[in-house]
Amino acid sequence: MAQSEQEILAGLADIVNEITGVAVADIASEKSFTDDLDIDSLSMVEVVMAAEEKFGVTIPDEEVKNLVTVGDAVSYIAKASA
Amino acid sequence: MSLITAVSGAPFARMLGVGSYSPARVVTNAEMCERIDSTDEWIRERSGITERRFAAPDETVADMAVAAASKALASAGITADQVDCVIVASVTHLKATPSAAAEVSHRLGAGRAPAFDISAACAGFCYGLSMAQDFIRGGSAKYVVVIGVEKLTDIVDPNDRSTAFLFADGAGAAVIGPSDTPAIGPTVWGADGSQLDAITMSGRYEDLRDNDHAEYPHVVMQGQAVFRWAVHDMSIVAQQALDAAGITADQLDAFIPHQANLRIVDAMVRSLKLPEDIPVARDIVTSGNTSAASIPLAMDHMLQAGQIRSGGLALLIGFGAGLAYAAQVVELP
Repeated sequence: MAQSEQEILAGLADIVNEITGVAVADIASEKSFTDDLDIDSLSMVEVVMAAEEKFGVTIPDEEVKNLVTVGDAVSYIAKASA
Repeated sequence: MSLITAVSGAPFARMLGVGSYSPARVVTNAEMCERIDSTDEWIRERSGITERRFAAPDETVADMAVAAASKALASAGITADQVDCVIVASVTHLKATPSAAAEVSHRLGAGRAPAFDISAACAGFCYGLSMAQDFIRGGSAKYVVVIGVEKLTDIVDPNDRSTAFLFADGAGAAVIGPSDTPAIGPTVWGADGSQLDAITMSGRYEDLRDNDHAEYPHVVMQGQAVFRWAVHDMSIVAQQALDAAGITADQLDAFIPHQANLRIVDAMVRSLKLPEDIPVARDIVTSGNTSAASIPLAMDHMLQAGQIRSGGLALLIGFGAGLAYAAQVVELP
Protein backbone atom coordinates (compact mmCIF):
# COMPACT_ATOMS: atom_id res chain seq x y z
CA MET A 1 0.00 0.00 0.00
CA ALA A 2 1.69 3.17 -1.19
CA GLN A 3 1.48 6.14 1.10
CA SER A 4 1.82 9.78 0.14
CA GLU A 5 4.91 11.64 1.29
CA GLN A 6 2.57 13.77 3.39
CA GLU A 7 1.33 10.69 5.26
CA ILE A 8 4.86 9.38 5.71
CA LEU A 9 6.03 12.74 7.08
CA ALA A 10 3.16 12.79 9.59
CA GLY A 11 3.87 9.22 10.67
CA LEU A 12 7.60 9.86 10.96
CA ALA A 13 6.96 13.01 12.99
CA ASP A 14 4.92 10.95 15.46
CA ILE A 15 7.77 8.44 15.78
CA VAL A 16 10.41 11.13 16.29
CA ASN A 17 8.21 12.83 18.86
CA GLU A 18 7.60 9.59 20.76
CA ILE A 19 11.29 8.61 20.89
CA THR A 20 12.98 11.98 21.34
CA GLY A 21 10.31 14.32 22.68
CA VAL A 22 10.85 16.83 19.84
CA ALA A 23 7.55 18.67 19.19
CA VAL A 24 5.67 17.41 16.10
CA ALA A 25 5.33 21.00 14.85
CA ASP A 26 9.14 21.33 14.69
CA ILE A 27 9.56 18.27 12.48
CA ALA A 28 9.62 19.43 8.86
CA SER A 29 11.17 18.10 5.65
CA GLU A 30 14.09 20.51 5.56
CA LYS A 31 15.14 19.87 9.20
CA SER A 32 18.38 18.00 9.80
CA PHE A 33 18.05 15.19 12.34
CA THR A 34 21.41 15.98 13.91
CA ASP A 35 21.84 19.74 13.55
CA ASP A 36 18.26 21.01 13.87
CA LEU A 37 16.48 18.36 15.92
CA ASP A 38 19.48 17.38 18.08
CA ILE A 39 18.89 13.65 17.53
CA ASP A 40 21.99 11.56 18.29
CA SER A 41 23.09 8.41 16.52
CA LEU A 42 21.45 6.01 18.98
CA SER A 43 18.08 7.81 18.91
CA MET A 44 18.37 7.78 15.12
CA VAL A 45 18.68 3.98 15.21
CA GLU A 46 15.53 3.82 17.35
CA VAL A 47 13.70 6.12 14.93
CA VAL A 48 14.80 3.96 12.00
CA MET A 49 13.66 0.76 13.73
CA ALA A 50 10.26 2.25 14.54
CA ALA A 51 9.92 3.56 10.98
CA GLU A 52 10.76 0.12 9.57
CA GLU A 53 7.97 -1.40 11.63
CA LYS A 54 5.42 1.32 10.93
CA PHE A 55 5.99 1.59 7.18
CA GLY A 56 6.96 -2.02 6.48
CA VAL A 57 10.31 -1.11 4.93
CA THR A 58 13.95 -2.05 5.54
CA ILE A 59 16.51 0.68 6.14
CA PRO A 60 20.00 -0.87 6.37
CA ASP A 61 22.60 0.62 8.73
CA GLU A 62 24.73 1.82 5.80
CA GLU A 63 21.76 3.85 4.48
CA VAL A 64 21.06 5.55 7.80
CA LYS A 65 24.04 7.90 7.50
CA ASN A 66 22.64 9.20 4.18
CA LEU A 67 19.39 10.24 5.82
CA VAL A 68 20.50 13.72 6.84
CA THR A 69 17.18 15.55 6.80
CA VAL A 70 13.65 14.47 7.66
CA GLY A 71 12.89 14.85 3.94
CA ASP A 72 15.67 12.35 3.06
CA ALA A 73 14.02 9.79 5.32
CA VAL A 74 10.55 10.48 3.90
CA SER A 75 11.82 10.04 0.32
CA TYR A 76 13.68 6.85 1.21
CA ILE A 77 10.61 5.36 2.88
CA ALA A 78 8.34 6.44 -0.01
CA LYS A 79 10.67 4.78 -2.53
CA ALA A 80 11.18 1.66 -0.42
CA SER A 81 7.46 1.13 0.15
CA ALA A 82 6.37 1.93 -3.41
CA MET B 1 20.47 -53.67 28.94
CA SER B 2 23.40 -51.34 29.42
CA LEU B 3 26.23 -52.20 31.76
CA ILE B 4 26.78 -48.55 32.57
CA THR B 5 25.36 -47.16 35.78
CA ALA B 6 23.68 -43.78 35.20
CA VAL B 7 23.14 -41.04 37.74
CA SER B 8 20.49 -38.39 37.97
CA GLY B 9 20.52 -35.24 39.99
CA ALA B 10 18.16 -32.96 41.84
CA PRO B 11 14.72 -32.36 40.31
CA PHE B 12 15.46 -28.65 39.93
CA ALA B 13 18.11 -26.02 40.69
CA ARG B 14 18.13 -22.53 42.17
CA MET B 15 20.42 -19.64 42.94
CA LEU B 16 21.24 -19.87 46.64
CA GLY B 17 23.28 -16.70 47.01
CA VAL B 18 25.03 -13.92 45.12
CA GLY B 19 28.05 -11.76 45.83
CA SER B 20 29.97 -9.10 44.01
CA TYR B 21 33.25 -7.25 44.04
CA SER B 22 33.96 -3.80 42.67
CA PRO B 23 37.52 -2.46 42.59
CA ALA B 24 38.21 0.43 44.95
CA ARG B 25 39.16 3.02 42.38
CA VAL B 26 36.24 5.20 41.24
CA VAL B 27 36.84 6.85 37.87
CA THR B 28 34.64 9.83 37.07
CA ASN B 29 33.70 11.10 33.62
CA ALA B 30 35.87 14.14 34.31
CA GLU B 31 38.88 11.84 34.76
CA MET B 32 38.01 9.94 31.57
CA CYS B 33 37.96 13.22 29.67
CA GLU B 34 41.60 13.80 30.53
CA ARG B 35 42.42 11.01 28.05
CA ILE B 36 39.60 11.25 25.51
CA ASP B 37 38.08 14.21 23.69
CA SER B 38 34.64 14.10 25.34
CA THR B 39 32.52 15.69 28.05
CA ASP B 40 30.67 14.51 31.13
CA GLU B 41 27.39 15.54 29.47
CA TRP B 42 28.13 13.62 26.23
CA ILE B 43 29.06 10.45 28.13
CA ARG B 44 25.94 10.64 30.31
CA GLU B 45 23.68 11.23 27.32
CA ARG B 46 25.11 8.38 25.23
CA SER B 47 25.56 5.78 27.96
CA GLY B 48 24.01 6.90 31.24
CA ILE B 49 27.37 6.38 32.94
CA THR B 50 28.47 8.87 35.60
CA GLU B 51 31.36 6.86 37.03
CA ARG B 52 32.92 3.39 36.83
CA ARG B 53 35.43 1.24 38.71
CA PHE B 54 38.91 0.38 37.46
CA ALA B 55 40.97 -2.44 38.94
CA ALA B 56 44.46 -1.74 40.28
CA PRO B 57 47.28 -2.62 37.84
CA ASP B 58 48.27 -5.68 39.90
CA GLU B 59 44.68 -6.79 40.59
CA THR B 60 43.84 -9.87 38.51
CA VAL B 61 40.66 -11.39 37.17
CA ALA B 62 41.18 -14.27 39.63
CA ASP B 63 41.58 -11.84 42.56
CA MET B 64 38.26 -10.19 41.77
CA ALA B 65 36.55 -13.54 41.11
CA VAL B 66 37.67 -14.97 44.47
CA ALA B 67 36.39 -11.87 46.29
CA ALA B 68 32.95 -12.06 44.65
CA ALA B 69 32.65 -15.85 45.00
CA SER B 70 33.57 -15.76 48.71
CA LYS B 71 30.71 -13.36 49.34
CA ALA B 72 28.32 -15.47 47.26
CA LEU B 73 29.23 -18.59 49.29
CA ALA B 74 28.70 -16.72 52.56
CA SER B 75 25.35 -15.42 51.31
CA ALA B 76 24.31 -18.95 50.25
CA GLY B 77 25.45 -20.51 53.52
CA ILE B 78 27.58 -23.00 51.59
CA THR B 79 31.19 -23.75 52.48
CA ALA B 80 33.91 -23.95 49.82
CA ASP B 81 34.46 -27.65 50.43
CA GLN B 82 30.84 -28.34 49.44
CA VAL B 83 31.41 -26.78 46.01
CA ASP B 84 31.81 -29.36 43.28
CA CYS B 85 32.09 -27.18 40.18
CA VAL B 86 33.52 -23.71 39.48
CA ILE B 87 32.73 -21.89 36.24
CA VAL B 88 34.37 -18.57 35.41
CA ALA B 89 32.84 -16.53 32.56
CA SER B 90 35.30 -13.95 31.29
CA VAL B 91 36.98 -12.58 28.19
CA THR B 92 39.79 -10.87 30.07
CA HIS B 93 41.77 -13.70 31.65
CA LEU B 94 44.64 -12.97 29.26
CA LYS B 95 46.44 -16.22 29.79
CA ALA B 96 45.71 -19.04 27.36
CA THR B 97 46.27 -21.67 30.02
CA PRO B 98 45.67 -22.63 32.80
CA SER B 99 42.14 -21.37 33.34
CA ALA B 100 41.19 -18.63 35.78
CA ALA B 101 38.66 -21.06 37.28
CA ALA B 102 41.32 -23.55 38.38
CA GLU B 103 43.10 -20.79 40.33
CA VAL B 104 39.85 -19.41 41.72
CA SER B 105 38.64 -22.84 42.83
CA HIS B 106 41.94 -23.57 44.56
CA ARG B 107 42.02 -20.20 46.32
CA LEU B 108 38.41 -20.57 47.44
CA GLY B 109 39.24 -23.93 48.99
CA ALA B 110 37.02 -25.98 46.70
CA GLY B 111 39.55 -28.82 46.64
CA ARG B 112 39.51 -30.77 43.42
CA ALA B 113 36.20 -29.47 42.16
CA PRO B 114 36.08 -29.40 38.34
CA ALA B 115 36.85 -25.87 37.20
CA PHE B 116 36.91 -24.23 33.78
CA ASP B 117 36.40 -20.93 31.98
CA ILE B 118 33.77 -20.09 29.40
CA SER B 119 34.04 -17.41 26.73
CA ALA B 120 30.62 -16.01 25.92
CA ALA B 121 31.39 -12.34 26.48
CA CYS B 122 28.53 -10.36 28.03
CA ALA B 123 26.28 -13.44 27.88
CA GLY B 124 28.76 -15.45 29.95
CA PHE B 125 26.98 -15.33 33.29
CA CYS B 126 23.64 -16.46 31.83
CA TYR B 127 25.45 -19.22 29.89
CA GLY B 128 27.07 -20.36 33.14
CA LEU B 129 23.78 -20.28 35.00
CA SER B 130 22.21 -22.51 32.36
CA MET B 131 25.10 -24.97 32.54
CA ALA B 132 25.04 -25.01 36.34
CA GLN B 133 21.36 -25.84 36.39
CA ASP B 134 21.85 -28.69 33.91
CA PHE B 135 24.86 -30.08 35.83
CA ILE B 136 22.82 -30.15 39.04
CA ARG B 137 19.76 -31.70 37.43
CA GLY B 138 21.93 -34.18 35.53
CA GLY B 139 23.78 -35.31 38.64
CA SER B 140 27.22 -33.97 37.63
CA ALA B 141 27.36 -31.51 40.52
CA LYS B 142 25.45 -30.43 43.59
CA TYR B 143 26.78 -26.92 44.32
CA VAL B 144 28.13 -24.87 41.42
CA VAL B 145 29.79 -21.46 41.67
CA VAL B 146 29.30 -19.32 38.55
CA ILE B 147 31.40 -16.17 38.37
CA GLY B 148 31.22 -13.38 35.81
CA VAL B 149 34.41 -11.34 36.01
CA GLU B 150 36.15 -8.83 33.77
CA LYS B 151 39.15 -6.56 33.77
CA LEU B 152 38.11 -4.82 30.58
CA THR B 153 40.63 -2.04 31.13
CA ASP B 154 43.21 -4.61 29.94
CA ILE B 155 41.61 -4.85 26.48
CA VAL B 156 40.16 -1.36 25.98
CA ASP B 157 42.13 1.44 24.33
CA PRO B 158 42.08 4.23 26.94
CA ASN B 159 42.37 6.80 24.13
CA ASP B 160 39.41 5.51 22.07
CA ARG B 161 36.65 8.06 22.61
CA SER B 162 33.92 5.62 21.49
CA THR B 163 34.69 2.82 23.96
CA ALA B 164 37.04 3.98 26.74
CA PHE B 165 34.30 5.54 28.89
CA LEU B 166 32.00 2.54 28.49
CA PHE B 167 33.93 -0.44 29.81
CA ALA B 168 35.03 -1.16 33.36
CA ASP B 169 36.16 -3.83 35.82
CA GLY B 170 34.39 -5.97 38.42
CA ALA B 171 33.07 -9.39 39.40
CA GLY B 172 29.77 -10.97 40.35
CA ALA B 173 29.13 -14.55 41.45
CA ALA B 174 26.27 -16.88 42.26
CA VAL B 175 26.06 -20.22 44.03
CA ILE B 176 23.59 -22.60 42.41
CA GLY B 177 22.33 -25.68 44.19
CA PRO B 178 19.54 -28.28 44.27
CA SER B 179 15.89 -27.32 44.64
CA ASP B 180 12.57 -29.12 45.03
CA THR B 181 10.76 -26.58 42.89
CA PRO B 182 11.70 -24.87 39.59
CA ALA B 183 13.65 -21.66 40.28
CA ILE B 184 15.60 -21.19 37.04
CA GLY B 185 13.49 -21.08 33.90
CA PRO B 186 14.42 -22.54 30.53
CA THR B 187 17.34 -20.69 28.93
CA VAL B 188 16.76 -19.14 25.51
CA TRP B 189 20.25 -18.86 24.10
CA GLY B 190 22.28 -18.70 20.95
CA ALA B 191 25.18 -17.14 19.10
CA ASP B 192 25.09 -15.39 15.72
CA GLY B 193 28.55 -15.90 14.27
CA SER B 194 27.55 -14.04 11.10
CA GLN B 195 28.07 -10.85 13.12
CA LEU B 196 31.55 -11.54 14.49
CA ASP B 197 32.77 -8.07 13.46
CA ALA B 198 30.11 -6.17 15.43
CA ILE B 199 32.20 -6.47 18.60
CA THR B 200 35.73 -7.77 18.11
CA MET B 201 39.42 -7.16 18.77
CA SER B 202 41.53 -4.82 16.64
CA GLY B 203 44.17 -7.50 16.14
CA ARG B 204 45.64 -10.76 17.37
CA TYR B 205 48.12 -11.18 20.19
CA GLU B 206 50.45 -13.12 17.85
CA ASP B 207 50.86 -9.88 15.90
CA LEU B 208 52.88 -8.55 18.83
CA ARG B 209 55.32 -11.42 18.33
CA ASP B 210 55.41 -11.30 14.54
CA ASN B 211 55.39 -7.59 13.85
CA ASP B 212 57.52 -5.00 15.64
CA HIS B 213 55.01 -2.26 14.89
CA ALA B 214 51.85 -4.12 15.92
CA GLU B 215 49.67 -2.25 18.35
CA TYR B 216 48.30 -3.93 21.45
CA PRO B 217 44.91 -5.44 20.52
CA HIS B 218 41.85 -3.65 21.86
CA VAL B 219 38.07 -3.93 21.66
CA VAL B 220 36.40 -2.35 18.66
CA MET B 221 32.65 -2.08 18.31
CA GLN B 222 30.12 -1.05 15.67
CA GLY B 223 28.00 0.86 18.13
CA GLN B 224 24.92 1.49 16.00
CA ALA B 225 24.73 -2.06 14.67
CA VAL B 226 25.07 -3.47 18.19
CA PHE B 227 22.45 -1.04 19.49
CA ARG B 228 19.99 -2.08 16.80
CA TRP B 229 20.62 -5.79 17.40
CA ALA B 230 20.35 -5.42 21.17
CA VAL B 231 17.15 -3.42 21.19
CA HIS B 232 15.35 -5.35 18.44
CA ASP B 233 16.60 -8.93 18.57
CA MET B 234 17.24 -9.10 22.31
CA SER B 235 13.77 -7.84 23.17
CA ILE B 236 12.44 -10.80 21.20
CA VAL B 237 14.76 -13.21 23.04
CA ALA B 238 13.75 -11.72 26.39
CA GLN B 239 10.09 -12.23 25.51
CA GLN B 240 10.85 -15.83 24.47
CA ALA B 241 12.47 -16.45 27.87
CA LEU B 242 9.34 -15.15 29.60
CA ASP B 243 7.14 -17.33 27.41
CA ALA B 244 9.35 -20.40 27.97
CA ALA B 245 9.05 -19.93 31.72
CA GLY B 246 5.31 -19.38 31.49
CA ILE B 247 5.65 -15.98 33.12
CA THR B 248 4.01 -12.75 32.01
CA ALA B 249 5.68 -9.35 32.30
CA ASP B 250 3.30 -8.29 35.09
CA GLN B 251 4.42 -11.26 37.21
CA LEU B 252 8.05 -10.08 37.18
CA ASP B 253 9.63 -8.47 40.24
CA ALA B 254 12.74 -7.28 38.41
CA PHE B 255 14.35 -6.91 34.99
CA ILE B 256 18.12 -7.37 35.12
CA PRO B 257 19.57 -7.10 31.62
CA HIS B 258 23.28 -6.97 30.83
CA GLN B 259 24.43 -3.43 31.60
CA ALA B 260 25.60 -2.62 28.08
CA ASN B 261 24.40 0.96 27.89
CA LEU B 262 21.57 2.73 29.73
CA ARG B 263 20.06 3.65 26.38
CA ILE B 264 19.82 -0.04 25.47
CA VAL B 265 18.28 -0.88 28.87
CA ASP B 266 15.66 1.86 28.51
CA ALA B 267 14.87 0.95 24.90
CA MET B 268 14.43 -2.71 25.89
CA VAL B 269 12.05 -1.74 28.69
CA ARG B 270 9.96 0.19 26.15
CA SER B 271 10.13 -2.58 23.59
CA LEU B 272 9.12 -5.29 26.10
CA LYS B 273 6.31 -3.06 27.40
CA LEU B 274 7.25 -3.88 30.98
CA PRO B 275 4.97 -2.44 33.69
CA GLU B 276 6.36 0.92 34.80
CA ASP B 277 6.77 -0.01 38.46
CA ILE B 278 9.07 -3.01 37.86
CA PRO B 279 12.57 -2.43 39.28
CA VAL B 280 15.03 -2.32 36.37
CA ALA B 281 18.79 -2.73 36.83
CA ARG B 282 20.52 0.54 35.99
CA ASP B 283 23.78 -0.35 37.70
CA ILE B 284 25.72 0.83 34.63
CA VAL B 285 25.32 4.39 35.92
CA THR B 286 27.94 3.81 38.62
CA SER B 287 29.58 0.53 37.52
CA GLY B 288 30.02 1.01 33.75
CA ASN B 289 29.77 -1.94 31.38
CA THR B 290 31.49 -4.89 33.06
CA SER B 291 30.52 -7.51 30.43
CA ALA B 292 30.08 -10.96 32.03
CA ALA B 293 30.09 -9.43 35.52
CA SER B 294 27.31 -6.92 34.97
CA ILE B 295 24.24 -9.07 35.68
CA PRO B 296 25.36 -10.62 39.02
CA LEU B 297 26.88 -7.24 40.03
CA ALA B 298 23.61 -5.46 39.37
CA MET B 299 21.59 -8.22 41.07
CA ASP B 300 23.75 -8.05 44.19
CA HIS B 301 23.59 -4.25 44.31
CA MET B 302 19.81 -4.29 43.91
CA LEU B 303 19.39 -6.91 46.66
CA GLN B 304 21.70 -4.96 48.98
CA ALA B 305 19.81 -1.74 48.32
CA GLY B 306 16.47 -3.44 49.03
CA GLN B 307 15.18 -2.67 45.51
CA ILE B 308 14.37 -6.34 44.97
CA ARG B 309 13.54 -9.13 47.39
CA SER B 310 14.61 -12.72 47.81
CA GLY B 311 12.07 -15.05 46.21
CA GLY B 312 11.03 -12.51 43.59
CA LEU B 313 11.11 -13.35 39.89
CA ALA B 314 13.72 -11.66 37.73
CA LEU B 315 14.21 -11.74 33.97
CA LEU B 316 17.92 -11.94 33.09
CA ILE B 317 19.37 -11.41 29.63
CA GLY B 318 23.03 -11.33 28.67
CA PHE B 319 24.15 -10.36 25.14
CA GLY B 320 27.38 -9.35 23.52
CA ALA B 321 30.31 -10.32 21.31
CA GLY B 322 29.79 -13.45 19.29
CA LEU B 323 27.07 -12.25 19.01
CA ALA B 324 26.19 -14.50 21.92
CA TYR B 325 23.07 -14.20 24.02
CA ALA B 326 21.19 -16.03 26.78
CA ALA B 327 18.07 -15.20 28.77
CA GLN B 328 16.16 -16.88 31.58
CA VAL B 329 13.68 -16.12 34.35
CA VAL B 330 15.07 -16.85 37.83
CA GLU B 331 13.82 -16.80 41.37
CA LEU B 332 16.07 -14.35 43.23
CA PRO B 333 18.22 -15.81 46.02
